[in-house]
Amino acid sequence: MGSIGMTLKKYTMVIALVVIVGIFYVGTHGKILLPQNINNLLSQNAYVFVLATGMLLCILTGGNIDLSVGSVVCFVGGLGALLMSKGVNVVVTVLILLVCGILIGAWQALWVAYINVPPFIATLAGMYAFRGLSNVILDGHVVAIANKAFLNAFGGGADCYVPDFMGGKALNITCLTAAVVGVALFVLAELKNRISAKRKGYETSGIIGFVVKLVLVSVVILYLAYKLAKYKGIPTSLIWILIIVLAYHYFTTRTTMGRYLYAVGGNEKATQLSGINTKKVYFFAYTNMGFLTAIAGILTVARATNAQPTYGMFYEMDAIGACFIGGASAYGGTGSVFGAIVGALLMGVINQGMSIMGVDANYQKVVKGIVLLLAVIFDVVSKKEKK
Amino acid sequence: MGNIILEMKNITKEFPGVKALDNVNLVVEEGEIHALVGENGAGKSTLMNVLSGIYPYGTYTGDIVYKGEVCKFQKIKDSEEKGIVIIHQELALVPYMSIGENMFLGNEQGSKAAIDWNKTYAEADKFLKMVGLSESSRTLIKDIGVGKQQLVEIAKALAKNAKLLILDEPTSSLNENDSRALLDLLLEFKKQGLTSIIISHKLNEVSYVADKITVIRDGSTIETLDKAVDDISEDRIIKGMVGREMTDRFPKRTDVKIGDVAMEIKDWTVYHPQYEERKVVDGVSMNVRKGEVVGIAGLMGAGRTELAMSIFGKAYGTRISGQLIINGKEVKLKNIKDAIKHKLAYVTEDRKGNGLVLTNPIKVNTTLANLSALTKNRVIDKDKEYMVAEEYRDKLKTKCPTVEQNVGNLSGGNQQKVLLAKWMFANPDILILDEPTRGIDVGAKYEIYCIINDLVAAGKSVIMISSELPEVLGMSDRIYVMNEGKMVGEMAGAEASQESIMSCILKS
Repeated sequence: MGSIGMTLKKYTMVIALVVIVGIFYVGTHGKILLPQNINNLLSQNAYVFVLATGMLLCILTGGNIDLSVGSVVCFVGGLGALLMSKGVNVVVTVLILLVCGILIGAWQALWVAYINVPPFIATLAGMYAFRGLSNVILDGHVVAIANKAFLNAFGGGADCYVPDFMGGKALNITCLTAAVVGVALFVLAELKNRISAKRKGYETSGIIGFVVKLVLVSVVILYLAYKLAKYKGIPTSLIWILIIVLAYHYFTTRTTMGRYLYAVGGNEKATQLSGINTKKVYFFAYTNMGFLTAIAGILTVARATNAQPTYGMFYEMDAIGACFIGGASAYGGTGSVFGAIVGALLMGVINQGMSIMGVDANYQKVVKGIVLLLAVIFDVVSKKEKK
Repeated sequence: MGNIILEMKNITKEFPGVKALDNVNLVVEEGEIHALVGENGAGKSTLMNVLSGIYPYGTYTGDIVYKGEVCKFQKIKDSEEKGIVIIHQELALVPYMSIGENMFLGNEQGSKAAIDWNKTYAEADKFLKMVGLSESSRTLIKDIGVGKQQLVEIAKALAKNAKLLILDEPTSSLNENDSRALLDLLLEFKKQGLTSIIISHKLNEVSYVADKITVIRDGSTIETLDKAVDDISEDRIIKGMVGREMTDRFPKRTDVKIGDVAMEIKDWTVYHPQYEERKVVDGVSMNVRKGEVVGIAGLMGAGRTELAMSIFGKAYGTRISGQLIINGKEVKLKNIKDAIKHKLAYVTEDRKGNGLVLTNPIKVNTTLANLSALTKNRVIDKDKEYMVAEEYRDKLKTKCPTVEQNVGNLSGGNQQKVLLAKWMFANPDILILDEPTRGIDVGAKYEIYCIINDLVAAGKSVIMISSELPEVLGMSDRIYVMNEGKMVGEMAGAEASQESIMSCILKS
């Protein structure tokens, strides 16, 4: 296979995303790319991005999933709404929720990592238990969130956008400036990497591919920023997503624990025989899932400006689906944070495109199911070819 | 004796890069017990897999003539219909099913829609009686011992109406009494007209039961001995098995000074992790010096891998006892990390299963056992990692486009080099290499031997476990021989021969 073939294979899902956006652009007569819809796509799916990132780490360890995240999102979010309704300070509330998420994660991680309970079962138990507990603490009611600071910070209500310090009128100047700075930093970092790699004589990708990649990524960022600027600017939830995605991208590619996640999923026995405590790796993955679930819970209730015992239903499935569509292997050991994000975007676009087109919600589910199946078939078949 | 029941003519079977069988001929007469002997990897099991249809017709060349007709088996079912039934070395029984269920697995009694359980158990009991088992066929497999399980396998074969029974190492997991009982059973069946082919390493057993013995070496038939006319003593059989010229397949080691004892174990005993009453390693004592290559010879299942892994931070076994002395000081290794810290390395025999992460690139595999050497605050220095991988690629002459290549795409020899690189990067003083050249071609083997020579030249100690006797003889300064968990011999490399090692094993 030539280098073009390899590139196509590597970016299959990105290409699929572009094609699907194209299809919906035609199908919705361009509505899917309206500023408001792009804004909604990002903020509506904030929880999927966060959960998919955490889920990816679990899946890396060997195709293991966490079924409890939907229920835990609901539980943590509900707890937050209750605390704030009792007048607890925002910062304290958020801290409590994060600690709560970590504890729930650690509780399940304990069984998975040290007692060898299959993750599917340990987290299925959590899925039931925390759904029940959410109902108990909320007493079956809707608890509204009135705290403006909380809503503004985590993407809920009318003012959950980064204020425009530069006083733009039709266009949000802050948003555009941030995008330009971001693109500049991105291009500089890539260039610096490439130059240092060249100087040390490392293998680098072709120059054309490199330039194409830089231009495409920059254009997409600027385009999205332009659209957001025409609407209300940067949604605050987007900032959290960016922080998490970038941090976990770094974590999975550059740190030892990140490396171990891949190694355990690729070959647990070999990892063990390399002197690595594989139990710790599992424990980390599931505890971390609890932490990110808490963040997803915060974002969810903030966006809805209330908490209900039914929130978070099937969130686990959205996260799992995003990872697999994004190229994570169902057997573990391969996958990336960016892949999971692309997967989540793809699902988000399909959802939104079909909603705008007025497709029945039931058919939307059918389509999502088929997309997931196709993605995994693609993964399995492309692996078989290699053998 | 009787008519010829089976004739395998000019069987040749190739695997990618290896000729496993090369024009093998085998003639078996009706009603005899025919033994197939040869070293590990000689091709015995491959030949039987050809016969039973595991390797379907067309993947080999040559003819199988059974009862006068040429057979073209596509799958195991085809050969079983003709009455050829193979019992594999690893027992193929489902532990949580009853004896009766196991016996008729794939051959269920009654109709397709409804299994007739009464008939199943009645039939099963009938065959169990034939093999002398008094257990009810409703007993679960997990509740009976290995000896009895082996008998169930035979009963299962009989239930398939076997005319030609093939047993691959039937006594390898049995104790002496059970083995003898099984062999007597075969002799009993012979009287009733059943033909058997038995593959065995235990030559005393072969001498005891076999009417004829065919010796296979390096994928070719060497000779067939007939009990009635030939001498079939163990020494005679061994001569046939190992009669191979030693050639210049090993690089010379010059100017390596053998120093003090680097590692020593005393009275090392290990029990099986699941069957806790089974001793896998039994009171073993051995040592290795600086700059020395120590070979451990033995048959598969002798306990060599288990010995090595139990030393390597208790990576195998339970209730490990005995002393481990490194550089004159007794140490207790808690886990593998601890072992690596004490400059020990164990390079596994199963590079794909236990050694490498095939979905990860070469550079990731190279650094996995010693990642902390490349990190600052747990962040990996990718530049350094790349340079380390490149360094070892050059040093070991690993053939690969780049170190970003996934290890799964490399050839066996190059994978082995990556595995060695990984452990060399961990900077050990004592390396235990378990079957370091298994399944790789001759050229790559030579390169691996050169690497071993470089290691000892740098003052490291190497323990090499190998089932290939020429390799043990060609590379070792000193040789230990292990059998059934015990050390049964120690000899200087220069004085040892294939015959002396084999008789150590077989006469222990």
